[in-house]
Amino acid sequence: MTDQAEGYTTADGRKIGGVVMEMKNITLRFGGVVAIHNISFDIREGEIRAIIGPNGAGKSSMLNVISGFYTPSEGEVWYKGAKRPPMKPYEVARQGVARTFQNIALFEGMSVLDNVMTGRLTHMKAGILPQMIWKGRAEAEETENRIIAERVIDFLEIQHIRKTPVARLPYGLKKRVELARALAAEPTILLLDEPMAGMNVEEKEDMCRFILDVNDEFGTTIALIEHDMGVVMDLSDRVVVMDYGKKIGDGSPDEVRNNQDVIDAYLGVQH
Amino acid sequence: MLYRTAGQYKTSYASDQAVFPVRQDAILLGIILLLAWVIFPLTASEFTFQTLLIPILIYSLAALGLNVLTGYAGQLSLGTAAFMGVGAYACYKMVTLMPWLNPLVAILLSGAFSAGIGVAFGIPSLRIKGFYLAIATLAAQFFLVWLFEKWGWLYNYNSSGAIQVPNLTMFGVYVAGPQASTIVQYYVVLVVVSLLTWVTINLTRGTLGRTWKATRDMDFAAELIGINLMRSKLTAFAISSYIVGVAGALFVFMWRGAAEPNLFDIPLSFRILFIAIIGGLGSIMGNYLGAILIVGLPVMLNTVPEALGIHIDSATVEHLNIMIVGSLIIFFLIIEPHGLARLWALIREKLVIWPFPH
Repeated sequence: MTDQAEGYTTADGRKIGGVVMEMKNITLRFGGVVAIHNISFDIREGEIRAIIGPNGAGKSSMLNVISGFYTPSEGEVWYKGAKRPPMKPYEVARQGVARTFQNIALFEGMSVLDNVMTGRLTHMKAGILPQMIWKGRAEAEETENRIIAERVIDFLEIQHIRKTPVARLPYGLKKRVELARALAAEPTILLLDEPMAGMNVEEKEDMCRFILDVNDEFGTTIALIEHDMGVVMDLSDRVVVMDYGKKIGDGSPDEVRNNQDVIDAYLGVQH
Repeated sequence: MLYRTAGQYKTSYASDQAVFPVRQDAILLGIILLLAWVIFPLTASEFTFQTLLIPILIYSLAALGLNVLTGYAGQLSLGTAAFMGVGAYACYKMVTLMPWLNPLVAILLSGAFSAGIGVAFGIPSLRIKGFYLAIATLAAQFFLVWLFEKWGWLYNYNSSGAIQVPNLTMFGVYVAGPQASTIVQYYVVLVVVSLLTWVTINLTRGTLGRTWKATRDMDFAAELIGINLMRSKLTAFAISSYIVGVAGALFVFMWRGAAEPNLFDIPLSFRILFIAIIGGLGSIMGNYLGAILIVGLPVMLNTVPEALGIHIDSATVEHLNIMIVGSLIIFFLIIEPHGLARLWALIREKLVIWPFPH
């Protein structure tokens, strides 16, 4: 199914393109603890890529490596065909990698609209002088970016709360606002850290729909971590399975489901 | 009824993003500006100018500067008075070295010096947060006041060790020094305060404001969505210190007329912090409300009982003032941490739907 050079076509007929991001032999150590041990995988353009594994497998660490929060102890991250030098998280974000967080990390003191607008900050270039007088580029940018932010707000169906302070929102909506903030950046790769955590079935279904729609509408490449197996198997095109910092499986959901190592990791193994 | 917003439709994002999307707010501001620019100058006495109007404006400006740093960018600072001092001394040096310099230009330039010093003392904020940062800014407070005292060049080697504001003219009119009339000084202060307030409103509602607020609310998330935290924090220090420095120059040149180093000691820092807290952190208007309260309260305690025929001696007034301000701070920290500005916002919310409860 996976054709290394060309990409592939998914079961539902979407064309998946070439490699956008490639992790090559990533190892991440914290002192003596090896969080990630020699893992390689790639993320292709337009696909939904899941990283799964039991608790403590190193999934979040992996996501943090991708988003530049951690610098790998060994190994290379290749992005858009070039090796990524060690860089600060904000530089990675400016290259087009946006993410959400496992524990919601919204800006609680701001309205939903302002939160979504912060997602546009990487696209706003006006100097400090035009900003001071609210003229010229600053004023024009504000409206241009508002249009994009509003499109995302529309898309995620949160129009009715756009002026509400985030602190007043319920959990499920906060998760959606966080997705909106990440989407507003118009990222090349969208990283979702447990987008469904703590949600009820209905909210999960909504979130799944949004993830699929985002992928479909904007063609955004998505890499996600999720615990809900049903969700992962339904959503994703390819799955990386991690256990104790090692990669134990990689492939389509069906391949992974039948992989003996994966079954052992999840169900335990008789010694 | 007065604040009903029904029927005020927004048809463009630009109009929705206006400073006052609600018409009544704009009218209210118009009334305030009319009072400040026309009515007060026409009616106020010398005493009112000196004890209320001018100090309220200057303290509001200093609190505004602090609010940019603490309220918007979330970096706690206890060095406000020292940065005011930098502005005042810079202004003094400029007008004595270059007597031809327009005093208004000198005042606006003096902020640049405190901005530079502010950035230097803001560098620790890249590594430390919260109370620890407050202690680091406290170092600025002590160091700079010590410098004002020890570095003779700053006060032109006066025997008194204090700076005396010389007579300064602008377009043939005395604006500072013993010869200047209060009303002229009031207008100079008003021009500067209005200008900087307008600039700050623009900055805080735009890109930079969002960058600061994101840094304040959740710094690691801010960094992961593409904000350069170093730049965000240092611009906050620069702009905050600029405003505070200008406020310091006004403080000495337009109000006090002279300054000793210990004028810029920590009680002044606290006073401005109190204004910002009572007024409301993260708000522009709050600075004015806070300054009106903090500056106006002692004046009121002094004059009102007198007018009612109750005699309270000045020492008691002083104590009463400290007690009331102290309890107000505790009250606000517990009941309404967002200060007077938040109270006004709540009242306004009620007014919009009045007479209905929802």
